Amino acid sequence: MLAVPMLEQTVQIVSNERDTDSYFRLVLRAPQIAALIQPGQFAHVRVAPLKDALLRRPFSIFQVSGDTFSILYKTVGQGTDALARMGAGGEVSVIAPLGHGFTAPQRGGETPLLVAGGYGMAAMYLLAQRSPQKGIVFVGGRKRVDILCEKEFKALGWDVRVTTEDGSHGEKGLVTKPLLAELRSRRSNEAQTEKLEIGNRKSEISQSLLTPAATRQKVRIYACGPTPMLKAVGKIAGDFNVPAELSMDEHMCCGVGVCLTCVIPVQTGDGWEYQRTCTEGPVFDARNIVWETMK
Amino acid sequence: MNLSVQIGKLKLQNPVMVASGTFGYGVEYAQLLDLNQLGAVVVKGIRLDPVRGNATPRTVEVASGLINAIGLQGPGVDGFIRKYWPFLKTLKVPTIINLWGTTVEEYAEVARRFDALGGVGALELNVSCPNIKKGGAQFGTDLKLLAQVVADCRKVTKLPLITKMSPNVASIAPFARAAEDAGSDALSIMNSYPAMAIDIETRKPKLANVTGGLTGPCIKPIAIKLVWEAAKAVKIPIIGMGGIQNAADAIEFMVAGAAAVAVGTANFYEPQTPLQVIAGIREFMEKHGLKDVDEITGSVAVKK
Repeated sequence: MLAVPMLEQTVQIVSNERDTDSYFRLVLRAPQIAALIQPGQFAHVRVAPLKDALLRRPFSIFQVSGDTFSILYKTVGQGTDALARMGAGGEVSVIAPLGHGFTAPQRGGETPLLVAGGYGMAAMYLLAQRSPQKGIVFVGGRKRVDILCEKEFKALGWDVRVTTEDGSHGEKGLVTKPLLAELRSRRSNEAQTEKLEIGNRKSEISQSLLTPAATRQKVRIYACGPTPMLKAVGKIAGDFNVPAELSMDEHMCCGVGVCLTCVIPVQTGDGWEYQRTCTEGPVFDARNIVWETMK
Repeated sequence: MNLSVQIGKLKLQNPVMVASGTFGYGVEYAQLLDLNQLGAVVVKGIRLDPVRGNATPRTVEVASGLINAIGLQGPGVDGFIRKYWPFLKTLKVPTIINLWGTTVEEYAEVARRFDALGGVGALELNVSCPNIKKGGAQFGTDLKLLAQVVADCRKVTKLPLITKMSPNVASIAPFARAAEDAGSDALSIMNSYPAMAIDIETRKPKLANVTGGLTGPCIKPIAIKLVWEAAKAVKIPIIGMGGIQNAADAIEFMVAGAAAVAVGTANFYEPQTPLQVIAGIREFMEKHGLKDVDEITGSVAVKK
């Protein structure tokens, strides 16, 4: 696999503010890095105030705007706590962009169905923004505050379908519920179309009857979120024979492929091997992930 | 000003290399720093066949350190030669192959294969990995086995042999001497220190392998002591490593007795560290009016 172009730079914080009740938005001025970023890639950030916590912290890249890029983060430990205390004008060291991201949707190609769990939304914004065709975003969280970026995706003209586990916002339930409903409805529409075509005794055989189900449905799932959600999405994609690209979130150390911390089991020819989320990933084809072997 | 050092018959342009397992196969860092400025590139441990490695989680961050239990995942000799050697052989600086086996015979066979490859700078014998059931530290903590591994590798190659020592022994001096007597040209001191971390809520170990090897700045004082002790016991050069983050750390190892050093865990969070260390050693030599970097080695002032 070809190495992605990456840079290590000390860059300036443009802003670092609370974005919602639970998330911060960090905007960094980094023209050379911003120009290289592809949807689904991440940045590895060194938070200088940390003294005894050595490692960089990986963050999905959220938005790219001119010579800046941004990340969304939640304060979950000493790294993100220290990051939250940094202000505009401060500097952080970043290695970015890293990893292999999502396949870009093509004009007239499959309709993108985005599935995000909470913070997973951040990793998908760029994909939606750069997609030549609009699709549906399924976003789920435990409660209202976990739902991120709803207005940003709506502003792009995407159909946003919200679920929360406690029902405090959108439909009550898991994000897979409306995804399943959408796939089922698409399947039954196709079945209807086929029946009609056969009923009308069309002289020419409809193209749709000659192509496999996956192409006829013409959707592609892109997902980012907690591993159990990704596993469920992968299974649904398999059941409906729909291609799915999953952005895996694994504990990471070096971020550039040398330490072999962030590996997941991936199908190869006649067996499986551990592949690196930071390098071969973070985006993997759902069919290749060996879920039984994962913790 | 002379920064070059001699490891057996291998001459390094400066005494700063990278520690095995923290630098992949070099190519991963090629975009971030000029590898040709290093003393040498040391690759991740290779055995004869591909190795899948341990289950995850494989690393855990601890205060001023990292515990890892990767399990020496790697492509095997053939996979390495196919995937990584074409790049490494284009470097102007030597590549040092870190190798291991599950038997004495396998160590010797891997050594023979790399001798036959041509163009390798030196072989580093990993007899000290704490994270594999068979091989690794099993050899480095047993005087007889250690001597046998080194001697059998010595028989199959004229390449400089570096023995990477385990810190997990009561006294390092006899192990250092055993490696020297069996034909080792140099010693790497030290490998990671056996360690463990537990999640107090779930009561589960934080590593899938339960235990791992501790690295990073927190182990530096342990490594300094081992280098100092080994330097008194042997005549062959010592490559000091364990928590080096800057030139001062590297110089401390040299003062303790190391002829060269390797940057390890710091590569994971600051890939420029090896180059910063080289620049800092140069500055230190200027400041102290030193003409040769070997004037630093073993200059520790300990009253007898």
